[in-house]
This record gives sequence, C-alpha cells and structure tokens, in this order.
Amino acid sequence: MNDVASADRPTAKDYASDQELRWCPGCGDYAIVAAVQRTLADLAVSRDKTVFVSGIGCASRFPYYMATYGFHTIHGRAPAIATGIKLTNPELDIWVISGDGDALSIGGNHLLHVLRRNVDIQFLLFNNEIYGLTKGQYSPTSRVGTRSPSTPTGSLDRPVAPASFALGADARFVARSVDTQRDHLCNVLKRAHAHRGTSFVEIFQNCIVYNDEVFAGFTEKDVADDAQIRVEHGKPLIFGKERNRGLRLAPGRIAFEVATLGDGGVGEGDILVHDENNRVLASMLAELMPPAFPMALGVLYCDPAESFEAVVAAQIERAEADAPDADVNALLRQGHTWQVRS
Amino acid sequence: MEKAATRASDGEIVARRELETVVVRFAGDSGDGIQLTGGQFTQVTALAGNDLTTFPDFPAEIRAPAGTTYGVSTFQINFGGRRIMTAGDRPDVLVALNPAALKVNLADLAPGDQIITDVGAYTERNLRKAGYDANPLEDGSLKKYRVIPIDISKQTLAAVKPIGLSQKDALRCKNLWTLGLIYWLYDRDRQPTIDWLGRKFETRPELGEANIAALNAGHAYGETVELEGEVKGFAVRQAQIEPGLYRNVTGGEALSWGLVAGAKFADLKLFLGSYPITPASTLLHLLARLKHFGVVTFQAEDEMAAICAAIGASYAGGIGVTSSSGPGIALKTEALGLAISAELPLVVVNSQRAGLSTGLPTKTEQSDLFQAVFGRNADSPLAVIAACSPADCFEVGVEAVRIAIRHMTPVIVLSDGYIANASEPWLIPDVAEFAFEPPEFHTEADGFQPYLRDPDTLARVWAIPGTPGLEHRVGGIEKDYDTGNISYDPANHQRMTDVRAEKVARIADDTPPQTPQIGEESGRMAVVGWGSTFGPIGRAVINLRGEGYDVSHIHLRHLWPLPRNLGALLAGFDSVLVAELNTGQLKMLLRGQLLVPAEGLNKVTGQPFKISEIEAAVRTRLEKDLEKDNERRRVR
Repeated sequence: MNDVASADRPTAKDYASDQELRWCPGCGDYAIVAAVQRTLADLAVSRDKTVFVSGIGCASRFPYYMATYGFHTIHGRAPAIATGIKLTNPELDIWVISGDGDALSIGGNHLLHVLRRNVDIQFLLFNNEIYGLTKGQYSPTSRVGTRSPSTPTGSLDRPVAPASFALGADARFVARSVDTQRDHLCNVLKRAHAHRGTSFVEIFQNCIVYNDEVFAGFTEKDVADDAQIRVEHGKPLIFGKERNRGLRLAPGRIAFEVATLGDGGVGEGDILVHDENNRVLASMLAELMPPAFPMALGVLYCDPAESFEAVVAAQIERAEADAPDADVNALLRQGHTWQVRS
Repeated sequence: MEKAATRASDGEIVARRELETVVVRFAGDSGDGIQLTGGQFTQVTALAGNDLTTFPDFPAEIRAPAGTTYGVSTFQINFGGRRIMTAGDRPDVLVALNPAALKVNLADLAPGDQIITDVGAYTERNLRKAGYDANPLEDGSLKKYRVIPIDISKQTLAAVKPIGLSQKDALRCKNLWTLGLIYWLYDRDRQPTIDWLGRKFETRPELGEANIAALNAGHAYGETVELEGEVKGFAVRQAQIEPGLYRNVTGGEALSWGLVAGAKFADLKLFLGSYPITPASTLLHLLARLKHFGVVTFQAEDEMAAICAAIGASYAGGIGVTSSSGPGIALKTEALGLAISAELPLVVVNSQRAGLSTGLPTKTEQSDLFQAVFGRNADSPLAVIAACSPADCFEVGVEAVRIAIRHMTPVIVLSDGYIANASEPWLIPDVAEFAFEPPEFHTEADGFQPYLRDPDTLARVWAIPGTPGLEHRVGGIEKDYDTGNISYDPANHQRMTDVRAEKVARIADDTPPQTPQIGEESGRMAVVGWGSTFGPIGRAVINLRGEGYDVSHIHLRHLWPLPRNLGALLAGFDSVLVAELNTGQLKMLLRGQLLVPAEGLNKVTGQPFKISEIEAAVRTRLEKDLEKDNERRRVR
C-alpha cells in the first residue's frame, strides 16, 4: 500500500474506507471494525494485498468499510470464494467476515470444509445469536427458548457451539473474544493473523436491537472477572476478581472443576496450565458455560499444520518442474495418432 | 481401388463384400469390457482410413448385477468410406455377449440384420436374469435376423488354456476373442491392439498373453470356420479424408484442452472448481492431470462452493471455470447472479443429461437451454455457447475463455452426455490458429472506478487484488454506475440493468455472422439445430439434398446473444424446422427473439436423433407444402 510504505506508522484511519458505517447505533460491529482497523495498522499490512470477503448478513457489510480490497458475496459462501482467491493468489491476505446465521446455517458446510482444508485465511464469526438483517429470527446459536418472530413461543432446537464446531472440523486455530474488549480482541486478531492456516475467531457481538445483552451474563463489568477466563498458553487457568479461582480436573473424572486457591490447601500447582496445542483441553474449555463455569476467551487452540494453498501450489510446482516444456500442441498430439496422406 | 480379398479355409481367395458404411454395436455386461473393446475397434478403424463416429451408452449403476438387462453396456460405431456424421441410426451388426444384451438391443434391429452372440452365455440362469422364458436362439423368435451363434465362452477358454489362468480370468478374455472375430470380419489390423495389450498388462504379462491369444483365436476362427450364412467378411474402403495428423478425441478431452489453450492465450491461471456429477466429472478428471500446465483443480464440497471458488479465482485474476450437469447448474444459479453482478469472467460448463431432477444421468438431452439463457432470478444476462461435436469442444473451450475475458461476463458452455463421452477422429490443429490477445489488468490509479467500462464492449475494467492504489469493494448489491458503491437509486438500477444487457448483446458484434453449414442461404426449408444434433441433422440434409429437396442446415454455436444476422438469414426460407432434443426451447427462443414462424421437431427419449427421423420430418413437411402450393395453383 502506498502510504504505509512511507516512514509514518499507519493509523487505523488508513484502513477505513470513505463509506459511512450503516449499522444500528450501538451495534457491536462498530467496535469490531475499529479493532480490526487498529490491528491492521499495528501490523502495518499492505492495503492492496488485503482482501475482506463476506457473505450476507449485518456482519457481511464489513468489507465496504475497509480501505482494502473487498468482496461482498452471497449468503454462506464466503469461505468458498475465499478459497478460490487464495488458491489463485496465495500472496493475498484474506479475512472472511461472517455471522452465526451466515457461517453456521446456510454456510455451515463451507465453514466445515474451509476449516478441515486449513486454507490460510482469518475467519471472524460475529456471534450475536440472532438474525439481524432479516429482522430478528432466532439463529443456529440461539439458546433454547429464544422468543423471536419465527419462534413466538420459544425456540426448540438446540444451538450449535461455534468453537466446538470448529474444533470438531479440525480447525488448527480457535480463539474467542468479545466486541467491547478492544485490547483483548486486537491481540487475538494479531495471533489469528500470524497463524498460517485457517484462524477461526468467534467474537461475541451484541445485537442491540434484537438480542440486547444476550452475553451480559459474562460481559457486564460487574460479573466479567468472575464469569470469564482469559486463557494464555503456558499460564495457569486462573480467573476471578481476586485471581484466586482456577480450573483443575475433578478427581476420577474427565471434567473441570473450579477450585479456590488457598481453600483446603489448594495451591497454584493444583491448577491446570493452558496448553494451546492440546485439542482435548481446547474442547473442554470451549464447552464451559456460565454461570457454573467461566466463559473461556483467548486462543483456545493453536496447532499449525500445512495450509491447503501451500500444498496445492507445491503439487503444481512439482508437476511443472517434471514437465518444463509443457506445450498445448504437444498435449494434443500425445497418445495414439495417425497420419492421413493425400 | 484395391480389390479386397480374404482367404477361405481351403486357401482359395474369396472376394470380400464391399460396404460403404457399417454400424456395429457391441453389447454385453458392464463387466465384459465393452467400452474397451469399442475403443480398440475405433482406433484400428481410424487407422484403416475410415471415417467414423462412436456412441458409448452405459448404465448409471457402476456394477449392476451381472447378466441383468439394466447392467447392459453398449458401444456403437459407425464407420465407412464417406464422411460419417453420426453413430448410425441402428446397428447392422449386433454383437451380444449375453442374453440380456440381446434382449435390450433387439428392438433396434431390422429384419436381416446380423447378430453375433455367445451361445455359451445362454445358460438357464442368464436367460432367467434377462427375463427370457425360453431360449430365443431355439424358439425361432430370431428367425427374421441372421444369427451367427458361436460358443465364444468355450472358444475363449480353449484359446487361453495354455496360459493357465483361472476360469474367471480366462472368461474375461471373451471380449478380445470377439474383437478378433470382428477384426477378421472387417479386415482390420490386429497389431495396434496387440501392442496396446502388451503395454496395458506390462505388470501382469500372463493376462496380456491371454488376451492376445484370445484376440488371435477369434481372428483365426473367422478365417478358418465357415460362419453361419456363409459370411465371408467385408471390405470397407477408405474415406476421402483431409490429409494430416489425426487422433480420436472425446468431447471431454477436447474441452479440457480448449480451456487450457484459452488460458494459455490469455496468460491466466486456469482454475476449475467442480463437484462430481454424471456425466460432467470427466472434465474434472482430465484437468486434474494437467497440473504441469499450471492448472488448479479444486474438488469442492458442493456445487455452490465449486462455482464460488471459481468466482474467487476470477476475482483474484485467474480464469475461473466450473463444470456440472443440469441439477448441479441449478445449485450454482445464485452464485452465477453474483458473477454477473460483479461482472467477472467465468466459464460454466453444463454437460446436459436427460430429464428433470435426477432424470436419466447417463442419457443425453438438450433441455437446459432455457436454464442457461434465462434460469436465474431477475434480469441476469450472460453468454451461452454450445459445442456441436466432440472435436468442436476444443474450439468452443477457447471461445468461452475468450468471450468471458473480453466481455467480463460468465459464459455458459452447453455440452451433453453424448458429446462428452463420444469420440471422433480429429485433424489435430495448430493451436496458434485460435490465439487471441491476452487481457490487460487495470493498473492506473488516476481516475479509477471499479465499473469503468470499455466504450466498445461495455466490459468493465479488471482490477485485481494486489494492485496498489486500486483498492475497492464489489458485491451483489446494486452498484452505482460510476463509483461501484452501493446504490439504491431507482434510475441507477434501470441504467445498470440496461448496461448489463447491452454489454452481453454486444458480444454478437464480436462473433461471426451465421451461415448455413449445408446448403444455400435461402430456400424452401432451413433445419436449425444446436449442440449434438449436428451429425444427424447434417447427414439428413445431405441425403435429402441428394434426393433433390431444397433444404439447408443451419447450426448455431452462439445461442445468447444470437448471431446478428440470424433473423435475416431465416427470413430467406419458406419454413424453419428446429430439431432439438427437448420440447421446443430453441424454437421458442427464435420465435420470441426473431418473430420467425419456426416449427419444432422434438424428441426426449434420452437417445440422439436418428437420421431417418429428421429425413422423415423434412419430407413430410416439404411434401405437404408442395401439395398446398399445387392446390393453391389449381384454385387460381
């Protein structure tokens, strides 16, 4: 990008397009777009090498607000479009922006496959547990009993847990953050950007119009410290206002229990240490639910593997190296031919 | 001309009977190697200097239960000493390797046609599986045909006995024994097949040896044993064929090479996103083997992902291709709308199959024309072109890439199951003949807008990610005519709808005017076709003209937009007959677009037109017209 190449450090504004943001006043998306712009500035990425791809939904308007390349596509299909872009030009830095309906209902299949293929993109799922753009129907992440225009007496189907879904699909990077936790979100986004392969980030995002305060139980200031655990690789799984509560394995069971430091001789050594390479641990963390347990935030899992576009390119390079003189005329004449004489 | 001859058992030279053209149909169980047998016969027949066309027809089931009628696989070849344009209306010779094969194919034979069949396969069990109460070889029901019953199973077992295979493996050489006999019957050279068998069974030489022994034994049988009905073998003279280097080519092969050539001319990475579907998967298989041309093939999770990945490829500066058959194309429809709205190049191949829904996956039909031209929500114009024969797919592949890039539009290529799988000899061209100017990506940041248009073609600029200073956003929401930003302005939507339509209409300025393939530019009747009906219409029109009928053949490659001069051309004919394998889609298109009083000749049986069907339709109409003319004259 032209101006980033200059000596001045870029600012978040350098990554904002000239388009006016058109989300509802108070929408969590404002905070997320600001965090993403700040992250890009901190990383000083090239605007011209960066592509934002989205599907359909409130979140999917995101690319219009970025001063990078952007492709606002169709409902659920952004992962497939992004895969085609990355396979064609692996140099591009691709962010897919999606919501819970886009990624887990109509696009559930594409999310599954982009994760298992491990295409090198950042996949941000704005989870607000509701359909916003279509005016408030319950979504695949809505909790049982959600009252909405399509479920006036309460929804009946059980929700999908995005992070658990991603881990089940063999995602190699799974993280969580919250729209309003700017610094935490920026750090998670930086980790996602640094990871080669699909980086799956679930962002709890408040829909002020149709599902206000749905995450208040663990995001409100007065409860946050006790209802969240910010996991960090190599550090004990400790949380709470007093930093005196921790997660340990319940004796004789494969399950967490919350232990209070100092209670009955519990010391820091009794608390589990977060290992982001451990998928079993990540799956257990992903399933923790307030109020019994804190909501786990941060990088739950990071265990890099070869990315899809890299192995695809390598296979083609090998084939090209083995046949350096590939020529269409020769191709047409391969195999059985015969000469007809006049 | 060389006098064809054959040696009878007593060493006496006997003249072979000369034939101008022959249609042979090989039929047997899916596991009998029928397609392979047909393929070998095709190759040696091309080498013998005959022109030819083939028609493989096989069941949708991969391994249908042996001996059943629905497990019958057939391969038909029409070859001869003149230009061969179809696989033949009906077989002159039916080679039936079991009772089921006889039962399924008998209806296509005429009295006097020859049947070569393996009596060894007419066991009680096989007869029952084929649904015969009595053995048709014994109950007189085949009286009107010339049946040559041979115990091919027994002969094959005897021939390969010295090699010591298991009974099962030995019997699998039955098709080669039969092929040997047919080679003798039509005086074909065995050597290319012997060489091929040697290569094929390099790692299992005993199987190669057995198959070669069976081939030779079948040939020797023809030479030495007096066949029922005193068949002495036939000679089919060489056709007048344009000199040059030839190969056999299927539509799938020719299309894959055409796309590769088009991408080379365009200097773009070829990207195929595809999801397996019969009969379109061939293109995926073939392009997957061309990685050394830099081709990226992506087997997507579904049809939507396949086209979306291809759209992503074009967005990133490659040429995206996606390939499917009707039901799969239906699933791609929404994404096609996006590609039209984002005005990106894209090639969409539809190998049409018969029927709605799942229909008849391995049979052929042309019923997706409306789907291609109109089958999307809203006004969503794109280009539609059709291949008319296996070899034509090469040129059509190049043309699709050219139009897509030059006009920044999706192009639908209509092929069908018949074209994709059938083969014909092809005078291999120099690909340079088809070269076109590569596109230029936009790089100038000054005055850049994503929907800047070429004043002639109205194609928008192609500005790809990675280009400094051109960062912009596109998508499926209606865009402002100038800036490309989201616009809900009513007048702007009208203007954008109009310009998208006009852009596609102007493709017709860039394609050649329509001329008749056969016959004059005006006259009593034009038979109009598109796609794989080319052969039967062409042969019928040639035959009819030989009989003195004033009829021309007009075959369309460009179906949308239609050629600029088509209305004027058709107006020069008293009547227009549109022959197509659907219930009248091109007919309606021509009526609607050109106001010509076209009539339809339509068929949807999953089988190609017979030449005789087209001849009969033309004769009936022209004779009726003649009567009417005469009556009018009498009245005056």
